[in-house]
Amino acid sequence: MPEKQKFIGRSVPRLEDRPLLTGQGRFAADVSFPGQWHMRVVRSPVAHGNIISVDAAAALALPGVHAVWTYKDVAHIPRIGFRLTRIEGLTPYQQPVLADGVVRYVGEPVAVVFADDPYLAEDAADLVALDIAPLALAVTEPGVVRKAYGDIEAAFRDAHAVVKVELAVGRHSGVPMETRGAVARYDEARDVLEMHGAAKVPHWNRDQIAKMLGRDINSVQLYEGHVGGGFGIRGELYPEDVLVCAAALKFKRPIKWIEDRREHLISANHSRDQVHRVRAAIDAQGRILGIDDEFFHDNGAYMRTHAATVPDLAAAMLPGPYRVPAYRAAGHIRLTHKTPAGTYRAPGRYESTFVRERLMDAIAAKVGIDTVEVRRRNLIGKSAMPYNLGLETLGTHIVYDSGDYALLLDKALQAAGWHKLQAELKMRRAKGEKVGGGVGMFVEKSGLGPFDTVRIDVKRDGRVEVVTGVASIGQGVETVIAQICADTLGVDYQDINVVHGQTDRIAKGMGAFASRVTVMCGEATRLAAVKLREKALQAAAPLMQTNAGALDIVGGEIVRSGGGPSMTLAALAQQVSEGLSAEDTFEAAHMVYPYGVHVAAVKIDAETGGVTIERYVIAYDIGKAVNPKLVEGQIAGGLAQGIGGALFEEFAYDESGEPLSVTFADYLMPTAREVPDISVLISEDAPSPLNPLGLKGAGEGGANPVGAVIASAIDDALQRPGAVTRLPVTPQRLKALMAGR
Amino acid sequence: MKPAPFIRHVPKTLDEAVKILAQVAPQDGRVLAGGQSLVPIMAFRLAKPAHLVDINEIDGLDRIASDGTTLSIGACVRHGAFHKSVVGNPLGALLTFVARHIAHYPIRMRGTFCGSLAHADPSSEWCLTAATLDATIVARSTRGERPIPAREFFAGIMSTALAEDELLAEVRLPLLSPDTKFGFNEFSRRAGDFAMSAALVTYRLQGGKIAEARVGVGGAEPFPRRIAQAEAALNGQPPGDKAFRAAAEAAANAVEAMEDHQTSAEYRRDLVRAVVRRALEHSNR
Repeated sequence: MPEKQKFIGRSVPRLEDRPLLTGQGRFAADVSFPGQWHMRVVRSPVAHGNIISVDAAAALALPGVHAVWTYKDVAHIPRIGFRLTRIEGLTPYQQPVLADGVVRYVGEPVAVVFADDPYLAEDAADLVALDIAPLALAVTEPGVVRKAYGDIEAAFRDAHAVVKVELAVGRHSGVPMETRGAVARYDEARDVLEMHGAAKVPHWNRDQIAKMLGRDINSVQLYEGHVGGGFGIRGELYPEDVLVCAAALKFKRPIKWIEDRREHLISANHSRDQVHRVRAAIDAQGRILGIDDEFFHDNGAYMRTHAATVPDLAAAMLPGPYRVPAYRAAGHIRLTHKTPAGTYRAPGRYESTFVRERLMDAIAAKVGIDTVEVRRRNLIGKSAMPYNLGLETLGTHIVYDSGDYALLLDKALQAAGWHKLQAELKMRRAKGEKVGGGVGMFVEKSGLGPFDTVRIDVKRDGRVEVVTGVASIGQGVETVIAQICADTLGVDYQDINVVHGQTDRIAKGMGAFASRVTVMCGEATRLAAVKLREKALQAAAPLMQTNAGALDIVGGEIVRSGGGPSMTLAALAQQVSEGLSAEDTFEAAHMVYPYGVHVAAVKIDAETGGVTIERYVIAYDIGKAVNPKLVEGQIAGGLAQGIGGALFEEFAYDESGEPLSVTFADYLMPTAREVPDISVLISEDAPSPLNPLGLKGAGEGGANPVGAVIASAIDDALQRPGAVTRLPVTPQRLKALMAGR
Repeated sequence: MKPAPFIRHVPKTLDEAVKILAQVAPQDGRVLAGGQSLVPIMAFRLAKPAHLVDINEIDGLDRIASDGTTLSIGACVRHGAFHKSVVGNPLGALLTFVARHIAHYPIRMRGTFCGSLAHADPSSEWCLTAATLDATIVARSTRGERPIPAREFFAGIMSTALAEDELLAEVRLPLLSPDTKFGFNEFSRRAGDFAMSAALVTYRLQGGKIAEARVGVGGAEPFPRRIAQAEAALNGQPPGDKAFRAAAEAAANAVEAMEDHQTSAEYRRDLVRAVVRRALEHSNR
């Protein structure tokens, strides 16, 4: 009898690695069709101005250049709509696919050139003469996100003390290794428009493209290939995606667009960029009575697909793991003349965790207790779970489903050797070194619904196909979903093929964002696999002359519990005329809430203002880790990005709105040398009660509190509580801070 | 980020190369050696040379030779050639130490010493080396050979004394006396980035006192140069923290530090102070 293997909880190798490691990956730029034209975008060189004229005559005169489009060619195409968090007043600020007479940021698409090859397209784009009359830079406030509960006035009235801080998080974003790209073709014979190079949310984008171009959704299909990183920014619906599709329909030619890095840094979604003015009412022991936060979110020039998502999440998640009896937040959305913004790994939370944790440090300083103690005194207790925060976001009530925050704090401090570390740092400071330690805590959200559907088929060769409506942006979806299916169905995870990101394979799908895939698609997979197992056993029972209750599936074989003759799933699939398949849907009205603790030790170079991270410990409770190695990878990658935002990465602009960070020489992502060794403690103390496997998402906890923790450690190194008020802490700024200038 | 059209010429001899260069120079013809600066600039279309004179197939340009007083470095010698000492002289160790700070390994395997000088980025480690050690830069054209002293070579940010038809054929560095001490330090935001400030120092010890001090600073001004005030602060002093700090202070005060949107002149002077002191500290190992 074959042995029953378990795959959930094991760091099995990734199923998706073979093509990637052998150079067989199929990224957007790898997709080509005969006769394709290449599209090049002519982008605005000025931050704000009226378009007087666009002269394409010289470009069109080049042999091999087929067309140049400006606004008038696409005036019939609606602006790009909102996918999430629509609030009153934002719609007029949606982005047109080409500038509609006014340019509003450097990098805005003004025209597109179609030519035989990408070199020629770029030559021609250079020849498109733009006459733009500059306008003064302006700031608009199209809406305010407001959230509140409790009696905030009373909290401040009755406070023992009030702690106030003003804090800023710089503008940075996800920079995937693969830039954006899209290849569209129109198959006239079938009347189907295809777009290759989709990512993240293929179904939503399919529906939108169909709507915008006036087509039935079944005549538009999107295909996701391999995706070189998503991080929230790649895969949203952008002007270029719509343009390649519109052009493929118009010219009946395949149209290919591959973004270059300079374009990427000025046109793909930016993120963060918030200024918070926050105050806390506290009692004499440093317990929070209320938090009142007013903040300003620079969304750049347009409201893109995320609408108010980022400021909404910032406001909704700010209270974090602490008891905050009264709360009020007002997030002012500001439109400026920078690249439009959207979500980036831990959207809104990187910002509001920075704010909350800086505030906790400020409370500690005010009351005269240490930074760990202030947190302990305010944590929500395990017995309070599930904890209804009294706020909503992403169409859900925020109810922390499970958690033992104090336990994880203890574990993290122990893993970091906190007390010994404190003593060491103190000794080194006494010798003149500028070294310090910091702690930060946070609650993440994950597993956003409302649903995911999965269909599982056993093929006639015994291989199992799991068709999902989610997407893979490199996080290991195929492996994790296969592990869950394997355990439930009773097959080897390597015999499972997971399909994702193909709109022609499944009618509906939610895609990959908000750390949702393992939770939502994982549970849908489990449900469908339970159904399929039952179906298989029912079908096998008469063939094996027993009843289904006496059968089990082990290693792809249907076996009798007590031993004896068996049959393979393949043999069964060949005998069941209607095929062996099952489909199920998991619906969830609530998100699930993982939580974590980060601990860092840093050293400041007093002469240069440089910061070295000497130690970094992350404890993260995700309920149940399906594949711990992949979770560690998520956490390590998130940390690198968090460090980027804390110390290096910033989209800077000059006074005229000219972007200054347009190459990797100016936009500094941390490299292997700047990212420290990391200790990761994955904990499973608080499985989610909202799904049987106890799953919570793991995608964003590596990034969430990094800015906060580095800031705290720098304060400690300087022995100046509250010194850091702005991210990133560049050496220029830190040196100025130290010199008091 | 696709370059504008260009014609690539592949001469087999230096004479042929300078002949072609003379013809194409008026049409913004440029010499291509390692291409680690030129090619990215072309990809961004900040440069659109109509002609490239590719010197990579000319025999003998990768030659490094010493005649006992001078080290000659040919136009196609890659940075990586200095990963190991190229000459049994303190200069060899100096070049090896400096080379390891240039960008990243793949770039060092392709980019060239002479190309760095011709490109004249203010933060280039080799430009700093040439300025500090008073190198001689040999320009070749159809008009013949023209040796240019380093102090006359650098003219500004990415601007040199080379005429448009001149090819930087060779750099000559004086060998150092065997008792020369050297130190180098640079500061950049990340490993491998352009240095925001860099310092190279050399000196000898005579009776326990510093003599013949050279202090070069790069990355702070439009081009690297020796800082006489810092050298004066060292000569005649015993090596040690006091003299090093005095020299660092003198250097910080002497530079006319560049400013940009994110970096004030004041901060860059802070860095000059730091890198000069650290280079001197490094020299005193």
